[in-house]
Amino acid sequence: MTAPVVALEAVEVDYARRGRALGPFSLSIAPGEIVALVGPSGCGKSTALRLLAGLEQPTRGTVTRTAGRGETSVVFQAPTLAPWMTAQANVALPLELSGVPKIIARARAAAALARVGLAGAEEARPAQLSGGMAMRASLARALVTEPRLLLLDEPFAALDEITRRSLADDVLKLWRETRPAIIFVTHNVEEAAYMASRVAVMTRGPGRIAGEVVVPGHLPRLIGFRATPEFREAAEAVSDLLLKGSEMAA
Amino acid sequence: MNRVLDILAPFALIALLLAGWEIACRVTGVPAYFLPAPSDVAVALATDTASLMQAAWNTLSVALISLIIASVVAQGIALLVGLSPLMDRAVRPLASVLQVTPVVAIAPLVLIWAGIDHPERAIVALAVLVAFFPIFSGAVTGLKAADPDLERLFDLYGASRLQRVLRLRLPSAVPFLLEGHKVAAGLAVIGAVVAEFGAGSGGVRGLAWRILDAGNKLQTARMIAALVVLGLMGVVLHALLERAERAGLAWWRGR
Repeated sequence: MTAPVVALEAVEVDYARRGRALGPFSLSIAPGEIVALVGPSGCGKSTALRLLAGLEQPTRGTVTRTAGRGETSVVFQAPTLAPWMTAQANVALPLELSGVPKIIARARAAAALARVGLAGAEEARPAQLSGGMAMRASLARALVTEPRLLLLDEPFAALDEITRRSLADDVLKLWRETRPAIIFVTHNVEEAAYMASRVAVMTRGPGRIAGEVVVPGHLPRLIGFRATPEFREAAEAVSDLLLKGSEMAA
Repeated sequence: MNRVLDILAPFALIALLLAGWEIACRVTGVPAYFLPAPSDVAVALATDTASLMQAAWNTLSVALISLIIASVVAQGIALLVGLSPLMDRAVRPLASVLQVTPVVAIAPLVLIWAGIDHPERAIVALAVLVAFFPIFSGAVTGLKAADPDLERLFDLYGASRLQRVLRLRLPSAVPFLLEGHKVAAGLAVIGAVVAEFGAGSGGVRGLAWRILDAGNKLQTARMIAALVVLGLMGVVLHALLERAERAGLAWWRGR
């Protein structure tokens, strides 16, 4: 077994005013693995994600990260594009911040935009993009550095069902190209079972692991995967765990 | 049709009020030094047009110079404050004191410091004081208004402090800076006029000086004429700034 890209071991996070937000919580992600993190609102999913990204330190417990600086990317709930920059400049930003010459950064940004299906939108400002297009640009910005670890924090929560589904397939197709480890936070059971080969279910806050479900089947998903018994069973198992997790804490 | 009415409504009211004023003056025969009829004011406006425009320009140019100085100083200090929380704590109370102190109260002091020969310097200084605060507070607020997730992104890619200021905080502050400058420009004119009053009749020959001068000579119609020009200047300036702000925001947002 290869060393995990990132591992949380019995981490706990306490906030000064709100008290315990997360933990004790353990999770380990192998290179190239796609793991979905599912839990009810306020269970500390986003806190867990910030720990995995190295943006925050736990109060107790250890975080082991082998993905170095610049090898981790995050896609947030909102596209969080800078409104004063073009799509291309937004996507080039991570490269430019880490010292890649502007011309090269811009060229790689254009290529990343093309990969997410936004060729031709280089000069568009975020305000001119639809919700789905803005999310794609945000995805391009995360992929432009060719990360080893890609963290997605409920990235499709604000989009309509059709856009969500096509973006889910696109993310999986893009994953096949460079195989980063992906952690996908969501509160949508079906989305979790569709996107990930392993679903970690969290209890009501402060979140702990309620259980894990392994989703069999080919990644990226084949057409009609949502209709297969494997998918239905995995989704049911995740739902059961969610229910049990909320009872455990109650 | 409704749009035409909307546009005409304020003019109709002004015309009505002027007509009432004119009739009242003629019927009561009130002396012109006490209340001149609108027609007298119109005559004063027509005969003094050139000198009124000169006076308006004197006031406006002082206000604009003050606005530029205030803009540079306020944004410079805001940048220092934005870079250092300690500076923030040190500067804030002083800035608040500056904001709540009326210009008229400081005017005599500044006039002494500027020296009797240079009242125009005192007037600029006072207008700068008034225009400083909205730009400063807009800049300070704006520098802290960056999207927290974008801040996290800058953390993630190990951005330097300079990169963070130049590429995130300053651009994020632009809408706040536009708003601050709009308010400050209006206040700079008010500051310039108040300071002219403080400087008295020996000061810069702007609109306030015209009002004082005509008042001393009991030429009430000329006083009101200067007031009308001041009001018009304010309206035009406000409309221009409103437009500039909208254009600036459209440029920033790209739409």
